[in-house]
Amino acid sequence: MEEGAVYSQHVTQSADAYAIIHEKFGDAVSAFDANETMPFFEVIDLAQWQNIALFMRDHPKLRFNYMACLSGVDYQAEGKVGIVCNLESLGELNHRIAVKLKCDRTGGSIPSVSCVWHTANWHEREAYDMYGMTFSGHPDMRRILCPDDWEGFPLLKDYKVQETYHGVKVPF
Amino acid sequence: MGNSLNAWSDWLTGFSPMGIPLGLVIIAAIPLVFIALYALTYGVYGERKISAFMQDRLGPMEVGYWGILQTLADILKLLQKEDIVPTLADKFLFVIGPGVLFVGSFLAFAVLPFSPAFIGANLNVGLFYAIGIVSIEVVGILAAGWGSNNKWSLYGAVRSVAQIVSYEIPAAIALLCGAMMAGTLDMQKITLLQSGPFGFAHFYLFQNPIAWLPFLIYFIASLAETNRAPFDIPEAESELVAGYFTEYTGMKFAVIFLAEYGSMFMVSAIISIVFLGGWNSPLPNIGGLELNAMTSGPWWGAFWIIMKGFFFIFVQMWLRWTLPRLRVDQLMYLCWKVLTPFAFVSFVLTAIWVIYVP
Amino acid sequence: MQELDKAGQGSIRVTRKSANVVVLEKDLATEQMVLAMGPQHPSTHGVLKLECLTDGEVVTEAEPYLGYLHRCFEKHCENVDYPGIVPYTDRMDYLAGMNSEFAFCVAVEKLLDIEIPRRVEFIRVLVAELNRIASHLVAIGTYAIDLGAFTPFLFCFRDREHILGLLEWASGARMLYNYIWVGGLAYDAPADFPKRVQEFVDYFKPKTRELFRLLTENEIFVKRTKGVGIMPADVAINYGWSGPMLRGSGVKWDLRRNDPYSIYPELDFDIPVPDGKFSEIGDSLSRHLVRALEMEESLKIIEQCLEKMPSSEGFDPRAAIPKRIRPKAGEVYGRAENPRGELGFYIMSDGKSTKPLRCKARSSCFVNLSAMKDLSRGQLIPDLVAIIGSIDIVLGEVDR
Repeated sequence: MEEGAVYSQHVTQSADAYAIIHEKFGDAVSAFDANETMPFFEVIDLAQWQNIALFMRDHPKLRFNYMACLSGVDYQAEGKVGIVCNLESLGELNHRIAVKLKCDRTGGSIPSVSCVWHTANWHEREAYDMYGMTFSGHPDMRRILCPDDWEGFPLLKDYKVQETYHGVKVPF
Repeated sequence: MGNSLNAWSDWLTGFSPMGIPLGLVIIAAIPLVFIALYALTYGVYGERKISAFMQDRLGPMEVGYWGILQTLADILKLLQKEDIVPTLADKFLFVIGPGVLFVGSFLAFAVLPFSPAFIGANLNVGLFYAIGIVSIEVVGILAAGWGSNNKWSLYGAVRSVAQIVSYEIPAAIALLCGAMMAGTLDMQKITLLQSGPFGFAHFYLFQNPIAWLPFLIYFIASLAETNRAPFDIPEAESELVAGYFTEYTGMKFAVIFLAEYGSMFMVSAIISIVFLGGWNSPLPNIGGLELNAMTSGPWWGAFWIIMKGFFFIFVQMWLRWTLPRLRVDQLMYLCWKVLTPFAFVSFVLTAIWVIYVP
Repeated sequence: MQELDKAGQGSIRVTRKSANVVVLEKDLATEQMVLAMGPQHPSTHGVLKLECLTDGEVVTEAEPYLGYLHRCFEKHCENVDYPGIVPYTDRMDYLAGMNSEFAFCVAVEKLLDIEIPRRVEFIRVLVAELNRIASHLVAIGTYAIDLGAFTPFLFCFRDREHILGLLEWASGARMLYNYIWVGGLAYDAPADFPKRVQEFVDYFKPKTRELFRLLTENEIFVKRTKGVGIMPADVAINYGWSGPMLRGSGVKWDLRRNDPYSIYPELDFDIPVPDGKFSEIGDSLSRHLVRALEMEESLKIIEQCLEKMPSSEGFDPRAAIPKRIRPKAGEVYGRAENPRGELGFYIMSDGKSTKPLRCKARSSCFVNLSAMKDLSRGQLIPDLVAIIGSIDIVLGEVDR
């Protein structure tokens, strides 16, 4: 956060929460991005993600017990894909924060947090379905919206739709 | 052919030129089946109209005046439909299922006294026969459900059999209370014993303070026996798609449907015979105004029993369009832990009443 | 007592009662059956498939399969500009189009950081609450049908018809409105609209009580739903449940209050949560009850909107709409309280294009449905139907 700038209440709340996480995990997380619309930080050391998630859920001053959303994102320019998790402390401390994770575009893998938040289970399947990154430790890593034998990952920016699917012409 | 008891049916039984029972088959049975079918198709129309009025709609309005010909059009449509037999179905069972069901529900019509002067078969164990013959339906349902080779049908059939067999116990015991009051199982005699100048006051329901209990038990159990709501779990469309007739199309489907309406009328007729005086007029003679005498006779008798039957069919429809459906275990709970004990209680109480109270 | 045969076909128990009396008991061998419930099944509310492992009537496990109605919402979003996305949001939750549009516009406006005229906000809330009632009516009606009661369903649809008529009058469409635009509205409300809405409110108030007497307080209905599919509050939060589902578990959480948007802070309404007297907290009946009570709260909101709405003099519903919607680079997660829960949009803009770089819809039904596998374990088939009905899914939103 920049010195002297004026932030709204929810951003300062998120910044306080970030401070606790940063204190515990140090360099595993990036600096805090205090923008007004969606304050976030990035997890740099992916191997720590499950620990961070558990810590965020269970620490009495964090209590991020509710995962509102988990979206896959394609960072084509960086050659990476990633996820963005919107977390919230529902009914307890009422603060919010977003967490970003990035992995390689092909064959990348992110630790699954579906054991921390059940919400993540289907959302991670959806991210895999659309972007192709796998989630290590996920109990049921299958496609969810597309058919199991669909080729490619549709939401990648350079996705080319397959010609035929079981003899049916796909692009129309 | 006079107007005395069973006069018409006796004459018809006797009319057999060259040893062929023409009277009973050609003149009585076949027209009766057709009349029954016709009435039942209007049962379907009635159900659609009644449900429509209960739900703020108009129901069928297009075919004929106020949609009066709608069911005929439906029958015509069903007749033209392709009769699909699933490849993997047990063809024999699949085909005979609806037939057995239909026959089962119509066989009981033979012992219903439709008028003082007419009864198909004047058995001295008529009531017993009526209770027993309904069980044939179970075979039809099981054949249909198993033969369809469909999991939903199987569920429906198994549920249905469990339900019908269970509910026959309270139903039969409740009817026995009526038979005990009459001292006979002869349907015509049970009805005759309920006639008198004061109309409804002679009906068993009003003759005996306990009689309302078996009456209610039989009514509830009959809903379950005919698979009507709130006990329509065998065909629960939101759970089992359509239960044991999921795979049926065209005329076979129509036959199953008719069998259902047939048994609806059958149980309604039985309850009105045993507890509400069958073909007896409910109107009492008031002083010089001999309403009861005026509304008695063979034709009036036929009118009364059919009206009473339709009244109970109406109540069944009314319940169907009001209540949600019970769950399987709740249904069984109701049968074994509520209705059956109360049926036994009413049986004992009726026996005490019959013996000690004149 | 010892067990002899364990070769698959059930086990035989041998009990020696006395020196020469031996009792043999053979357990019935049961085999689990796979039952495909759906995608064409009357009570999966669309094209959901549940693959159930059943042991008799008991469902040992039900695995949901989705995607039969997947229409590539997110891919479409990356190829059309912001105003062009609004009609697509209608088609997600087709029973509550206004609310979906509202949520999307809330998200984009947060990113654009623009001021919305007050009358626009009032009309938005008005139509969204009307749509919420319509959506709850469908939820309650179809739930009644799931449990075998037909008449409440048609009563609900009769009342919903009035709302659809009102919304059609305002927007020109019955279900897919495209009425709430980013920064404004497509049209102002028609001249007599408040009067007609007031007429509807007066008509509908007694009807909510009628629905209570006909359905909610019906003994059989209570028996079928009470204690079925209980979801404790902490598990519900962990599953990410929201909306009536979460409130059914006793958590007083409503985005209209807890993350306020639009003019909701100015309005007075309650958040109904079950108190555990009529229903068990977290069961199907609670979820139904929350929906039934919420309709009355929505009526309250509608009446306040009608009362406080600024006049239409000199009002242009499209005045605040930017000529070219091109948000600055950044991300936003905007959300609104839909009839089915939290509908959120994660939008990422690169600051150059008029199309979003990424637009993810966080669908409430999708998240609520993910608990199905846990909820269904060990239930009877009729209870499974009761649970699916109480989740109130719209497959258009689940699959997007």
